[in-house]
Amino acid sequence: MMIKIRCKRQMHTHQGEEWLDVDLNISEGEFIAIFGESGAGKTTILRFLAGLILPQEGFIEVDGEIWYDSRCKINLPVNSRKIGFVFQENNLFPHMTARQNLEYACSDRKYQGDIDEWISVLGLKGLEDQRPDKLSGGQKQRVALARALIRRPKMLLLDEPLSDLDIHSRLKLQDEIHKVYTKTRITTILVSHDISEIFKLSNMVFVLERGKIIKFGSPEKVFVNNDLSGKFKFTGEILEIHQDGVLNILTISIGNQVTKVIATGEEIAGLSIGSKVIVAAKAFNPLILKTS
Amino acid sequence: MQPLFLTFQLALIVTIILLIIGVPLAYWIAFSKSRFKYVIETLVSMPLVLPPTVIGFYLLIAFSPQYFFGHFLEDILGVRVVFSFTGLVIGSVIFSLPFMVNPIKAGFQNFPLTLIEASLCLGKTPWQTLRRVILPNIKPALLTGMVMAFAHTIGEFGVVLMIGGNIPGQTRLASMVIYDEVEALNYHTAGFYALVLVLISFFILLVFYYLNRKALKIF
Repeated sequence: MMIKIRCKRQMHTHQGEEWLDVDLNISEGEFIAIFGESGAGKTTILRFLAGLILPQEGFIEVDGEIWYDSRCKINLPVNSRKIGFVFQENNLFPHMTARQNLEYACSDRKYQGDIDEWISVLGLKGLEDQRPDKLSGGQKQRVALARALIRRPKMLLLDEPLSDLDIHSRLKLQDEIHKVYTKTRITTILVSHDISEIFKLSNMVFVLERGKIIKFGSPEKVFVNNDLSGKFKFTGEILEIHQDGVLNILTISIGNQVTKVIATGEEIAGLSIGSKVIVAAKAFNPLILKTS
Repeated sequence: MQPLFLTFQLALIVTIILLIIGVPLAYWIAFSKSRFKYVIETLVSMPLVLPPTVIGFYLLIAFSPQYFFGHFLEDILGVRVVFSFTGLVIGSVIFSLPFMVNPIKAGFQNFPLTLIEASLCLGKTPWQTLRRVILPNIKPALLTGMVMAFAHTIGEFGVVLMIGGNIPGQTRLASMVIYDEVEALNYHTAGFYALVLVLISFFILLVFYYLNRKALKIF
């Protein structure tokens, strides 16, 4: 399966009129992240795919099927596009229990068994009969994730589903999303402005700035390699702990960058993925490089 | 007692008809992107500002067998609208239309768009979304529309007098009886009907506000 998006649409941002102009090819089974500041147009790309916003110009092709084409006036309605969408804000149906939310999404009796499976995979046992207002933020998003998967969609669209959660639930849900991806290998597009999240989950990232894609590649390629920074003390979050002989290599997300740092066994005691740390240098010999 | 019975029978029928046409109409007004939406909104709200006699007068003219439309109805379909119960129903439906449509329209407009989008993204048609997601969540608005339409029909006088003609047993409603009895100086009978209307209206609204308070608690 291949997803081709070539879309243009005018955006009204606080910096004035901008054109969102994207051209993406996504192959089957990839986990893509779209990274950028708020207002860059990240969410709009997902909404193009879902059919919730129409581009002014362009086309969307999924699996050889045209979903949208401005020239031929083709527009597949939202409900005919086989997608799973998890939104930033909670939008579970408030009058239904968690299980009823999943049942509502299940249009084919054949897939009835999926409901119980996702309930157990995503750790929702015991919460099935709760209404959404009795669930925590993380639990609601897990139900929303399960609900999006029940239809067996062709792709999973995640619109900053973690941004409203506290760090603990965020890490847990990141694990759940990873679990879902490894289990189903469903083509996934994650919109996020959190580098550590992208690093952890995706294998390809597109950086969007003011409506244009300015960089793409693996998260390592896009975010590492530019760590000549001018400060002596940083706070960051551990993404990965890698043991290499006597050395421990920590991958840490600092600000908008990801760097690798060597640490002793003593230093990493008590640290785990997701721990917040301060990285500081005592005897520091800064490099001064002429750039212009 | 018959005028009272007739009054409630009319109110019930009118409420049911208004619910059937009010929900689609309110849905259209709330979600349509048509440029002429405001024209329809204006027409729906006209009965709020016009004297009931004006509406009654036009209905009387429109359905009178002396004119084309009324003549057509009576000759071809054998239906007589003026001075009949059918006429009362038609007049009341038009007169109470905004009381049903406006609360439901507000319910649709205040309904979170994200829930509608979520439902569409799950492959549900707009109709399934309306029936299974929107309507169950705007029950207070539906209830408001129904109670307002029902209560307003009970309280009608001008329109129904013009088109119904005050025929005992057929079109003579409680509000007309009160007027007649006062004219005939039968204050006792008028007082009885007035009191019954006051008490019934009071209890309908009382139950409604009680239910609405409970419904609001759920959300």
